[in-house]
Amino acid sequence: MSTIPDPVAAPSEVLPRRQSRVWRKFRKNKAALLGGILVAFFVIVALLAPIVPIPGPTETDWGAVRKAPSVAHPFGTDEIGRDVLSRMIWGARASLLAGVVSVGIAVCIGVPLGVLSGYLRGWTDASVSRVTEALLAAPFLILAIALAAFLGPSLTNAMIAIGLSAVPIFIRLARGQTMAVMTEDYVESARAIGLTHIALITRYILPNIVPPILVQGTLTIATAIIAEASLSFLGLGQQPPAPSWGSMLNVAKNFLEQAPWMALYPGAAIFLVVLGFNLLGDGLRDALDPRDH
Amino acid sequence: MLAFIGRRLLIAIPTIILISVFVFTLQKLLPGDPVLVMAGEERDPEVLAYLREQYRLNDPIIVQYFTWIGNALRGDLGISLRTQQPVLELIRQKLPVTIQLATMALIIAIVIGVPAGVLSAYKKGTWIDWVANIVALSGLSVPNFWLGIMMILLISVQLGWLPASGYQPFSDDPLGSIRTMLMPAFVLGTGIAATLMRHTRSAMLSVLSSDYIRTARAKGLAERVVLVKHALRNAMVPIVTVTTLVFGELLAGAVLTEQIFTIPGFGKLVVDAVFNRDYAVVQGIVLCTGVAFIFMNILADVAYRILNPRMRDE
Repeated sequence: MSTIPDPVAAPSEVLPRRQSRVWRKFRKNKAALLGGILVAFFVIVALLAPIVPIPGPTETDWGAVRKAPSVAHPFGTDEIGRDVLSRMIWGARASLLAGVVSVGIAVCIGVPLGVLSGYLRGWTDASVSRVTEALLAAPFLILAIALAAFLGPSLTNAMIAIGLSAVPIFIRLARGQTMAVMTEDYVESARAIGLTHIALITRYILPNIVPPILVQGTLTIATAIIAEASLSFLGLGQQPPAPSWGSMLNVAKNFLEQAPWMALYPGAAIFLVVLGFNLLGDGLRDALDPRDH
Repeated sequence: MLAFIGRRLLIAIPTIILISVFVFTLQKLLPGDPVLVMAGEERDPEVLAYLREQYRLNDPIIVQYFTWIGNALRGDLGISLRTQQPVLELIRQKLPVTIQLATMALIIAIVIGVPAGVLSAYKKGTWIDWVANIVALSGLSVPNFWLGIMMILLISVQLGWLPASGYQPFSDDPLGSIRTMLMPAFVLGTGIAATLMRHTRSAMLSVLSSDYIRTARAKGLAERVVLVKHALRNAMVPIVTVTTLVFGELLAGAVLTEQIFTIPGFGKLVVDAVFNRDYAVVQGIVLCTGVAFIFMNILADVAYRILNPRMRDE
């Protein structure tokens, strides 16, 4: 049986060349590198949490309630004598997990729907687009708060709520990208030689929409981390005594005069990790932008 | 233009219907029997049956939806379980507070964001551009509830310049009201200033490289005139559009800002409703926000067409 040659070089064949060009551009961008370093730092901290020789995040010491930073407790202690540094290190897990899982949910639901919508057009597109518009009409955090309220307060439900709220962003992006790719000559040729829908989508459309999804995913992780911290701050995310940066800030606001360090460090951690993802996302966008080549 | 507005309003109808379906479904997501939640400690079967009848929960779900949406269209969004007040009345009471906060935040954002964007584009590649970009990205990355806490710590606790919380109606004491709202408005406006700065910079960069700006400079016009009268005027199109679209961001930000500064507005109403399992209020708020957001989108489109003559001719 003879095999039909590809109408043009499949995107996968030009990937290695493109990857090295993207990497070169990315490496030159100092802000993006700084973002990458910040993200890597927090990921390593979150992974090493169980082996770092510090008190447990829920271990209380009634003799050291609201103690200022010292050698024994570098970031001080909280209102019931727990080590703030330890809670921050363990809290990094909740924040990063929430960012990655909720964006994972949004990508897994949003991208297939967006691709189908852009590929099939017609009624599928009209229906998906109307639902997307309706979901986009409710502000991200209000939607997440409403969903978290109805699902019940917990980290898992907060991640589901944030993920579902972010779905329309990915539907819209994947739909737009698919429609753009569909007009390319190589897709036209591939259709002309009778490639199946599945083959067309997996070999030509998906590889071409990965870069913008990657950029949007990175930037949405930043938004999702803030959203998780916001929900936990409101008491709708991670539940006590489990540590989370948002819930630490919720308690800390009641002790601003007596123990300002309780508020300073968790907030700074959220800021740095979100800044890291934003810098990384901006850098990836610049590096992957074909107009600059 | 009227035909355009009419068309946009028509397109908005299915979206509004979908939002209402979504908001209605939210209540159905609630685990367990909503009547048990409403009845609280009261488990008398007669009371439960009365509540079921009163809220028409025995009707088929489709009938329930049409009853609910019919009432909503007449301005009846239900009764708050906590305060026993009509939901629309509650929203009407709290909304002016949030509108004042959002307006002040938007003014602060425009005053900071637009000039910073213009300067950053004009000085592209210099340290000014670099600093403006870093500040903008930091503004986008800082959680506004943390910024609020830090500002209370510095400005209220340490320096004692502004009150840490509270609210005074604008009609009672305009100056006192502005004073209490200044810090929350700054906190809420930071992220939006960053968004505006980035959009202004990008719009100005594209305008500054156009031919007519080169011509204006070649004619010997003063740089200030070129920048403000020629460049900024054209760059205003995307800036105004973005300003209209930050409505959602303002409302979401208000939820947290009002919580930190104990401002009795729309955002605090949402949070209190969530914690008191006052679902009629949560539903009412999501529905009103969604519909308002759609109208803001239409307003953005209209503003875009008014400001851009080429769009008007299409």
